Amino acid sequence: MKFTDYYQSLGIARDASTDDITKAYRRLAHKYHPDVSKEPDAEEKFKEISEAYKTLKDPEKRAAYDQLGQPKPGEEFQPPPEWQQRYGQAPFSSDDIDLSELFAGLRAGGRRAEGAERTMQWPGQDFEVPVQISLEDAYRGTEVELSLRMPEHDAQGVVRVVPRTFKVRIPRGATDGQRLRLPGKGGKGFGGGRAGDLYLNISLRPHALFRASGHDLYVDLPLAPWEAVLGTAVDVPTPGGAVRLKIAPGTVAGRQLRLAKRGLPKPHGGEGDLYAIVQIVIPDSSSDAERALYQQLAAVSPFNPRTHFAVESSHEV
Amino acid sequence: MKFELTEMHWLDRHQPLTLAELAELSGLPATELWDLVENGVLTPLDPTAATQNFGAECLAVARTAARLRADFELNPAGLTLALTLLDRVRELEAQLRSVHARLPRPHR
Repeated sequence: MKFTDYYQSLGIARDASTDDITKAYRRLAHKYHPDVSKEPDAEEKFKEISEAYKTLKDPEKRAAYDQLGQPKPGEEFQPPPEWQQRYGQAPFSSDDIDLSELFAGLRAGGRRAEGAERTMQWPGQDFEVPVQISLEDAYRGTEVELSLRMPEHDAQGVVRVVPRTFKVRIPRGATDGQRLRLPGKGGKGFGGGRAGDLYLNISLRPHALFRASGHDLYVDLPLAPWEAVLGTAVDVPTPGGAVRLKIAPGTVAGRQLRLAKRGLPKPHGGEGDLYAIVQIVIPDSSSDAERALYQQLAAVSPFNPRTHFAVESSHEV
Repeated sequence: MKFELTEMHWLDRHQPLTLAELAELSGLPATELWDLVENGVLTPLDPTAATQNFGAECLAVARTAARLRADFELNPAGLTLALTLLDRVRELEAQLRSVHARLPRPHR
């Protein structure tokens, strides 16, 4: 079993008071709680400080933890054998559990020692797993493989961590921020308690062309100046294949051309829309002939794109 | 070992849950869930119905509520405030995503 320094996790001294432990935990929890934090490693970090707090706030568990001495973090150690009698624990399977599970087991063992086995029943652990899929996957539906380590209680109440691999089918219709629940696929319940659930939090990988907002998609549609002025027909990419789109003469930059039902499919039927946003672009460099034509256009055209700038309020700079 | 999974539910309003189911799946007691309904954090599918059903998207809120309550030792008023602010943050994030989606990228 690997040793974790809970005092170090909370950033406190080994003789810290219970009050100091609580304060340190709260300060770190505000920073790292996965429901409120934007820190990249929030979940992992919060798990660490939460484990530390659960053990150190309980005087009995803290005393038991202190008894372990101070092995180096990550160093292998064996829990004292007398814990077995003291907490009514079945033999530790210390190879496949970690320190937090051992301390969680102390509570379970303690309860059993009080002869409360008939009422000892609790549901299995729920798991929330972030799953990132591509836009094409969201469009067609996909399968992802998940590898999880799930703590399970065996018949004796001993916690073991069991690796489990799932192949999960994500139906078409997923988009950013959506959640799926797989009932009963979390950790096993104990004493007849129901199994936990598995939750998938879906997010979309950024796409080279399309940007998603819910089930609607946005794609930039670059037009040459003369295409915008004269009108044209262009092939616009959509997740289901290119669609021919007629561009009316005099199409301005920023106009959103809606292609109904060409966005992402929705889980219960229907589709989002796809919006092509017009951009008027010019080439990186122009030939002499092209420049001559532009100069000719500049001389001929009376167009002033800035009439709305109030002339009277302008000052020489 | 591989498990092929077929049964799954979208957490959205097409999957109605009773208050009791919401309590069981989130781990938050029904009385506290009811506080969240009365404070407007959770909205039933049909508030005028005799028996209240909730869209499964409420389960995500209820689970967050259960975690926040346990991890920060929040009282009902603090929990309501935290969830209301979190909901506001989610709403603003969604708006921001939508604005970003509409913003053209520089062509080069």
